[in-house]
Amino acid sequence: MSTHAHAHEEVEVGVYGLMVEFLTPEELLAATKKVMEAGYQKVDAYSPFAVHGVDEALKAKTILPWLIFGGGLSGGLGGFLMQVVANYHYKINIDGKPLISWPSFMPITFELTVLLASATAVFGMLFLNGFPQPYNPLFNVPGFDRASQDRFFLCIEAKDPKFNLDETSRFLEGLAPHTITEVPF
Amino acid sequence: MAVETVPVTQTTVPAEQSVYSVIAPGYTYETVEKQIDDIVLARPLTPGWIIGFIGAAMLLVLLHFGIIYLFLTGVGIWGIDIPVAWGFAIINFVWWIGIGHAGTLISAILLLMKQDWRTSINRFAEAMTLFAVACAGMFPLLHMGRPWLFYWMGPYPNTMALWPQFRSPLVWDVFAVSTYGAVSLMFWYVGLIPDLATFRDRAKNKLARIVYAVGALGWTGSARHWKRYQTSYLILAGLSTPLVVSVHTIVSFDFTIGIIPGWHSTIFPPYFVAGAIYAGFAMVLTLMLPLRKFYGFEGLITMRHVDNMAKVMLATGLLVTYGYFTETFMAYYSGSDYEGFMMNNRIGGPYGFFYKFLIVCNCLVPQTLWYRPWRHNLVWLWIVAMFVNVGMWLERFVIVVMSLHRDFVPGAWGMYYPTVWDWATYIGTIGFFVTLILLFIRFLPSIAVSEMKELVHKTSDHSAHSHHEPSPEGHQA
Repeated sequence: MSTHAHAHEEVEVGVYGLMVEFLTPEELLAATKKVMEAGYQKVDAYSPFAVHGVDEALKAKTILPWLIFGGGLSGGLGGFLMQVVANYHYKINIDGKPLISWPSFMPITFELTVLLASATAVFGMLFLNGFPQPYNPLFNVPGFDRASQDRFFLCIEAKDPKFNLDETSRFLEGLAPHTITEVPF
Repeated sequence: MAVETVPVTQTTVPAEQSVYSVIAPGYTYETVEKQIDDIVLARPLTPGWIIGFIGAAMLLVLLHFGIIYLFLTGVGIWGIDIPVAWGFAIINFVWWIGIGHAGTLISAILLLMKQDWRTSINRFAEAMTLFAVACAGMFPLLHMGRPWLFYWMGPYPNTMALWPQFRSPLVWDVFAVSTYGAVSLMFWYVGLIPDLATFRDRAKNKLARIVYAVGALGWTGSARHWKRYQTSYLILAGLSTPLVVSVHTIVSFDFTIGIIPGWHSTIFPPYFVAGAIYAGFAMVLTLMLPLRKFYGFEGLITMRHVDNMAKVMLATGLLVTYGYFTETFMAYYSGSDYEGFMMNNRIGGPYGFFYKFLIVCNCLVPQTLWYRPWRHNLVWLWIVAMFVNVGMWLERFVIVVMSLHRDFVPGAWGMYYPTVWDWATYIGTIGFFVTLILLFIRFLPSIAVSEMKELVHKTSDHSAHSHHEPSPEGHQA
């Protein structure tokens, strides 16, 4: 499975990164910590389920909660304003009730808050993840299909300032991976 | 790194623990995945599935006939008339939407409460929610008389310069149900993405690979993606929790905001929500018990799941019983002649049999679940769930029909009799629901595979290295 070519000088242009494979989530977590300690930045881990601790090791952060808050806020305000505007636009006096009888506007205000917050949660997540992504060089790696099944992968991308095909692969071999693969573009 | 073959079967787990664990001992990532995925990817079409599908599809055809005839003729083909203008359409609407609520409860509320027994049933329950909401949504539209003008309910600038009446609970309902449908769909799809990626990577058939790949959107299992994914999923659960409560509350407002005796009551919102969860758990059990048996899911949907679902059903059944009690008490205590008459008419009027049978179905029969051997008797549990399904339908019949048919002025009283088209449409939606469930079981993972693997990982922390599997390749670095 290992396709690590040593003639790296000419292939480095076409290299997306180096990928190592582990059998257990514990090994992946340990390896992720070591890779980050070594100073690599363009690193990502791939696993069939979210391995607890790997996201912290990678310092993965997301602004998604703030986007969702914004979505919910605009849903709530927009929903309420919509009802206010509609009542001003076409005024109907019902039983002498005030035009803006806000308690009866609450159900729709609430529903639209939830709707826009949820839509932001879903589409925001898809957008930040770059989905849909039809092509990904990682799919070229033989055996990477098991990242969605029962294997755990770690990839250092060639974009990383510290990336050097020889050194990096020597470093990765030191992590005792199951396999190590050069990811072609 | 030569990995030794470690026997995956744990023999030391005591029998009691294995019954009450959320996953049977001995499961590895591979075996969990194979068991769930192979139903779709490897198992050939079975005669049982085909017969079931044909039966359900025939009922779906019945629904089509019912709808086509309705569109050609109008709502006069139904039994509705003044004074009972709501009839089956609203009974079925409330029944279906209530059934959906258990799915959201299982997937959202139990997630927030960190109940790990939800994991093997949430996907299926969410699918059930979605299909039940689809059935529910049909009825108000069909009931409209001119369903092609349904968009008049939406707030859009139009040449008539008219807006929906935002003070009306019926307009609140439009927003509540459409939000509920949309959020249920999104929640379900987000949960499916990692599993669709697994299907993409495991499917042998090229067309299936392409279809699942499109659905998976390019999922790689990247830790950064997982982080956003989990954030999104958790917040969706947090949003769905008040949503599910609000939806049935607003459905109950359809009744309580009116002044009809038997409707104008503050007990309605909590009692409707409890009833919805009650009906939903009954439907989950109705579908899950046969599924578990036919597909051999006893190791993934363990007796603990069955036991917990039965207990939730019993508990919500008691809440509903309390609701009936309060309704009856308040009817007489209110001192209102109309409320008192309504209750007399419920018990002893022309539809009295249905009220008494409702009490048997919803209040008496489920009490057998207090006794553990009966709760663990799957055949009896299924029968109880069927009683609750019927009982909850009767509850809506009692609320809708009995309150409307004799309200204030005796001169305006009348009787309601459903026609063959009422029945055809109702039974047709059951066919629609079962058809969708069968297609779902056949083409999508009915148990959340990635979440089950996480559960395998968590539970195996304490029991040797059961997730180490023999490696055919060995170390090649």
